[in-house]
Amino acid sequence: MSAQGGPIAALFRREMSLAFGRGGGPLLACGFYAGVAVLLPLAEGPDPARLASVATGAAFATLALASLLSLERLFERDYEDGALDLLSLGTPGLTVVAAVKCLAQWLATGAPLAVAAPLVAIALGAAPNLAPLIFVASLLAGLGFSFIGGIGAALSLGTRRGGVLVAVIVLPLFTPLVVFGAGAVDAFANGLDWAPALALLGAYCLGACALAPFAMSAACRNAMS
Amino acid sequence: MTDHASFIHRLCLDRLTLERGQRRLFCDLTETLSAGEAMALTGANGAGKTSLLRAIAGFLTPASGQVRFEGPGGELEAETARAEGLHLLAHQDGLKTSRTAGEELDFWARWLGGTGQLETAVETFNLRPLLELEVRKLSAGQRRRLALARLLAAPRPLWLLDEPMAPLDTAMRRKLGEVMQAHLADGGMILAAVHDPLPFPTRALHVGAPA
Repeated sequence: MSAQGGPIAALFRREMSLAFGRGGGPLLACGFYAGVAVLLPLAEGPDPARLASVATGAAFATLALASLLSLERLFERDYEDGALDLLSLGTPGLTVVAAVKCLAQWLATGAPLAVAAPLVAIALGAAPNLAPLIFVASLLAGLGFSFIGGIGAALSLGTRRGGVLVAVIVLPLFTPLVVFGAGAVDAFANGLDWAPALALLGAYCLGACALAPFAMSAACRNAMS
Repeated sequence: MTDHASFIHRLCLDRLTLERGQRRLFCDLTETLSAGEAMALTGANGAGKTSLLRAIAGFLTPASGQVRFEGPGGELEAETARAEGLHLLAHQDGLKTSRTAGEELDFWARWLGGTGQLETAVETFNLRPLLELEVRKLSAGQRRRLALARLLAAPRPLWLLDEPMAPLDTAMRRKLGEVMQAHLADGGMILAAVHDPLPFPTRALHVGAPA
């Protein structure tokens, strides 16, 4: 009990320790990601040219799906065991709780996936010089996935089959991230200007980070009443 | 010890009506609770004791009427009063089974206001031998003691307790009685939903249909 810091630092430590336990944490997401990377060549056939042409697209689409896996539990356990009630009684408030939870989710599952993404893309036949851009784009996209996904997780609180609802709410909002992320990498691969797509990806993520915590907090309050 | 009354010194329920779904739990409940007072909330199962506590904590919106918090300088903003001045002890204690009792107590103390009184809380509820254990290994009574320790670890004036005595043994019940009386002596307020009377004089508030 010697750890230092104020309430927000304490919450962040708690969320990190729970995120690693939540539904297998980063291992589950990375395992799923690796599974798709292994199955895709078997389904698509061994022609390297064809695999290389879908490599980046497949990497990003799978990234979106892998980050959905542990999102469902983001608020649910705290909601079920009463912790969400008590969290809302802290001075920082539920908006901060939501933001810290998403940030921890991003670091615990988004960051490991961003490390795995270039490896998967290269294994599928993408050019190795794409790796840095794929890493940056998937790291950014992961930030958006966890904040936007958090809205779905909060809205589905208290419903049965919450996971299905999360997917239905969240996947349409994931599309810009996948389009701009894969678009930036594709542009770079084809020698075009890739900066605008990456900038749009960043803008979308920042917008999500700024607005999503308010939506999550309102959705949680609604579920608690 | 802080003087609690300098923050919130009165809780007022103004013609409060609560509904759950289509069912009206009670209507036009008017009551005040002042610094240093304890109130025992009684009523049959499902009469609305827990709902009343949740409405005061701000989780339920009343169908009509309002909950107000008053400080020495006049009425307090409800949001501030709840975020800084209120403890809720409910059946669902929010403790994570995969973390140790020490980690959980430290986190909640920090989240709810600081670790200044953490040692006092640990000593009072005799938690020292449990701190290294995972919460899943604690008995119901030990878990309740851990949840109760939050009340002391982060001092706040208004305690909303939902059957606080239920899983505790005789010695701990006596101890909790002393802790509650000390809180009242410091100018705190206690509203406790109970089935058995508390071990010290309290005012009574009956919710639901007249007994």
